[in-house]
Amino acid sequence: MWTTPHTFTPLFLSECTRMIEIQSQMTERALELLALQEDVPCFILDIGCGSGLSGQTLEESGHFWIGVDISSAMLSVALEREVEGDMMLGDMGQGMCFRAGSFDGAISISALQWLCNADKTSHSPPKRLFKFFSTLYSCLSRGSRAVFQFYPENSEQIELITQQAMKAGFTGGLVVDYPNSTKAKKMFLVLFTGGHQKLPKALGTEEQQNTGTDHIPYSDKRERMKQIRGKAPKKSRDWILEKKERRRRQGRNVRPDTKYTGRKRSGKF
Amino acid sequence: MKLITHNMLTSKSLKGVNVGFPLKICATEVKEVAVDFNPEFVTRMIPKLDWDALCQAAESLGCLNDLPRSVNPNHENDEEFLKKAHHVLLEVEVIEGELVCPETGRKFPVNEGIPNMLLNEDEV
Repeated sequence: MWTTPHTFTPLFLSECTRMIEIQSQMTERALELLALQEDVPCFILDIGCGSGLSGQTLEESGHFWIGVDISSAMLSVALEREVEGDMMLGDMGQGMCFRAGSFDGAISISALQWLCNADKTSHSPPKRLFKFFSTLYSCLSRGSRAVFQFYPENSEQIELITQQAMKAGFTGGLVVDYPNSTKAKKMFLVLFTGGHQKLPKALGTEEQQNTGTDHIPYSDKRERMKQIRGKAPKKSRDWILEKKERRRRQGRNVRPDTKYTGRKRSGKF
Repeated sequence: MKLITHNMLTSKSLKGVNVGFPLKICATEVKEVAVDFNPEFVTRMIPKLDWDALCQAAESLGCLNDLPRSVNPNHENDEEFLKKAHHVLLEVEVIEGELVCPETGRKFPVNEGIPNMLLNEDEV
């Protein structure tokens, strides 16, 4: 599980076969979430394109891409790989400097979390995130999407990122594939420019809620366990407290439990 | 850097820049490559392009040839036109040189085909 990518040098990272496999699977999933028209060659922005692994997956699907990355070492590897996309050296936190409506879509694999770190004392992560999202919003064509696979350190980072994205005009949210598996779990931030849309369905989950035990990935087993455990009656205070605890385990931002939690409300609610 | 990319690129992340387009190209090394012709892609891209800026850029690199100065409204069916557009957009690459901001004169170096758009802290 990739939790500390900065402990590996860029070259090792890109050449490790398993990493290559994982990166390309994540790119394919991101492409799927991008929901482009079938069999139409599109113009895609690859944010944090690194050594060109994700770009090559885009090429294989018939798209033309422009990549931006902050590391000239990574881009050199991409050049050696002879990728077809055009690349540039750039810092996402300084803004995406493209004309309005240039791209049919944007993807980003394992890069967004870097914007949450203040590398220099002058950096303000929320400011950089906002600069990034607002300029990205304008260079995407109306109705197109931006999909980010990323590794948030905690729920505060998720909150920070989504807040700045919404502030910039995007709608959308988090799609968490295989939420119950420590190894397979992947987070995708799916952003829309065309106004509210239904979030795509996550992989590896039959329903929105967990039952409360973390290690059951399949619905049949889950149903059996539910009957054995005996769930609290729906909407009771116990049910609400259980649900909030489940959501905390999923890493979501949940209000603390107080004496008001699950209190009886008058008919107006 | 291909001319299709140049057609989308601006310097507007620079403090004080309003439009920052088009960037002037001062190329010291230009390469021509062969890229598979995809008429559908070219057709889809044409409405997004700033055609004048494209012609200007192509001219400055000496590859304008007989590319029409204005876009034919019926371009989807004009294969000759699409092929010329394809060549200019995708088959001409600036390998070494500079891109210059039209409002501030700030230069962005291009090395090995890669423009360096990183800004200094005081330029953001």
